[in-house]
Amino acid sequence: MAGTDAMSLDAQVGAWRNYVRRRRAIEPVDIAELEDHLREQVATLMDRGLAVDEAFLIAVKRLGSLDALSREFAREHADRLWKQLVVARSEPAEVAATSHTEAAVAFALAAGAALAVKLPALFGLHIVGDAGFYGRNAALFALPFVTGYFAWKRGLDLLTTRRLIVAFMIAALFANVYPAAWGRHDEVLTALHLPIALWLVVGIAYAGGRWSDGARRMDFIRFSGELFIYYVLIALGGGVLTAFMAMMFRAIGIDVAPLFQAWLLPCGAAAALVVASWLVEAKQSVIENMAPVLTGLFTPLFAIVLTAFLGTMLWTGRGIDIARDVLIGFDLLLVVVLGLLLYAVSARDPRAPRNGFDILRIVLVVVALLADVLALCAIAARINEFGLTPNRVAALGENVILLVNLGGSAVLYVRFVTGHDALARLERWQTAYLPVYAGWAALVVIVFPPLFRYV
Amino acid sequence: MEIGKDLMAASSTPIVLAILAEGDSYGYAILQRVRQVSGGRIEWTDGMLYPVLHRLERLGFVKARWEVADTGRRRKYYRITTTGRTQLAEERRQWQAVDATLRGVWHALSRVAVVRGCAVGLGA
Repeated sequence: MAGTDAMSLDAQVGAWRNYVRRRRAIEPVDIAELEDHLREQVATLMDRGLAVDEAFLIAVKRLGSLDALSREFAREHADRLWKQLVVARSEPAEVAATSHTEAAVAFALAAGAALAVKLPALFGLHIVGDAGFYGRNAALFALPFVTGYFAWKRGLDLLTTRRLIVAFMIAALFANVYPAAWGRHDEVLTALHLPIALWLVVGIAYAGGRWSDGARRMDFIRFSGELFIYYVLIALGGGVLTAFMAMMFRAIGIDVAPLFQAWLLPCGAAAALVVASWLVEAKQSVIENMAPVLTGLFTPLFAIVLTAFLGTMLWTGRGIDIARDVLIGFDLLLVVVLGLLLYAVSARDPRAPRNGFDILRIVLVVVALLADVLALCAIAARINEFGLTPNRVAALGENVILLVNLGGSAVLYVRFVTGHDALARLERWQTAYLPVYAGWAALVVIVFPPLFRYV
Repeated sequence: MEIGKDLMAASSTPIVLAILAEGDSYGYAILQRVRQVSGGRIEWTDGMLYPVLHRLERLGFVKARWEVADTGRRRKYYRITTTGRTQLAEERRQWQAVDATLRGVWHALSRVAVVRGCAVGLGA
């Protein structure tokens, strides 16, 4: 009898502990202290003849509401809500040890990426002089190290690791195999598309080789968004640092601009990508919710701007001027709208009732689709006039791919809001679509140069 | 009896320090002692004691240590420090001043009540 009591008490205390653990202001060491209190209170009550369940209920009730308690703890330990950058103090020793190892690995890989950027200098290729080479190969300096970090972190098996290495080798081959005489826009296209294609390789490493798992892919999408935010923040910090550096050295009559161009910017950009990946991984809980917060902020604003744009176009009857590279702009617009939708959806509780924001998102997607279709029509009408340059075909292909994705998303989102479909359908659609981007990007890198060479 | 929030916050420091001045103790036992000394007139929500203890620790009035209690569980004991004793003496002076003032006021008030009562009695 006493044995089953003890077991049921342990189970209940365990459940309580897990529940309290979710409060960030209350740390494990405090939970241990509260648990001792709880158990002593239960024991006292049971001595007075209460059953274990009753005693537990009363003891928990006497501790007070968890909200109030959590608030008091937060007031006393305000620092806990500002999570420490690297390792929280009260983490158990073994957790702290793995965090330190991880930080060491990440910084070693970041240093590797920085060195890789300067490696071609040994063969006489310099960043300032050989911009074409560096542009084509930009993705190959940092991404293998990010992939390496995840391969290490996820304990990737040998076969998958080998495949990823082969993928990078193929990428390196096609980035450099075509003769430079074939033209500059090939270089620009490769510089833009190789990172997109290779991002899938990073994704496979991120998913620990289980790329077919939709949930892992969704995590990778979330990771990509957070990484972008971290990267921008690091870049801002780097900008401030270099501005001070330039100012101080100018004061003593030394110009650091050459050093900046040849070393700091390229090496820093490559290393920062690895560091940002590590930060997103290590500090998932810190700005975990940054992407959804930003989407919440900007969804209405984008919806207003796009609606205003469409309205103005219809009202004034002005056509879209395709002469300049407007198409790239519209591609980016669709990417942003897709991001706004995706990060909002990825953070949305599927069981929450439909609200105004859902309608707003649908409005945003629909006006973006309309604006893009108008742009596409304008291009189609004048395509002969401009000719099919590789740049235009690539941008056009991306536009169609994004349009299909966004159209599908709009339909599925409407079906979710009207209660016909689960939100998971939309996530599946997005995760299944990921290889399409990489496939198209790879196509542009591999097939476009020879194809347009002979047109 | 429910004691107001501000009064609770103000009085918790001297009460906890005074109990710890009797000897080292831990959360649950401190609460039992509060109940006992107040004759059940003061009921703290149990959990709220712990942030108070942590505040006293941060201010250097008490020192905490983990020990294995006779129940076999790890338990956090608190001990009052020299700074804590000084603080307790200071708080004691202040509370005695407040207490004396309140007594004076209550006394005066009850005298007024008696006089009024007489006046009402004479008037009738």
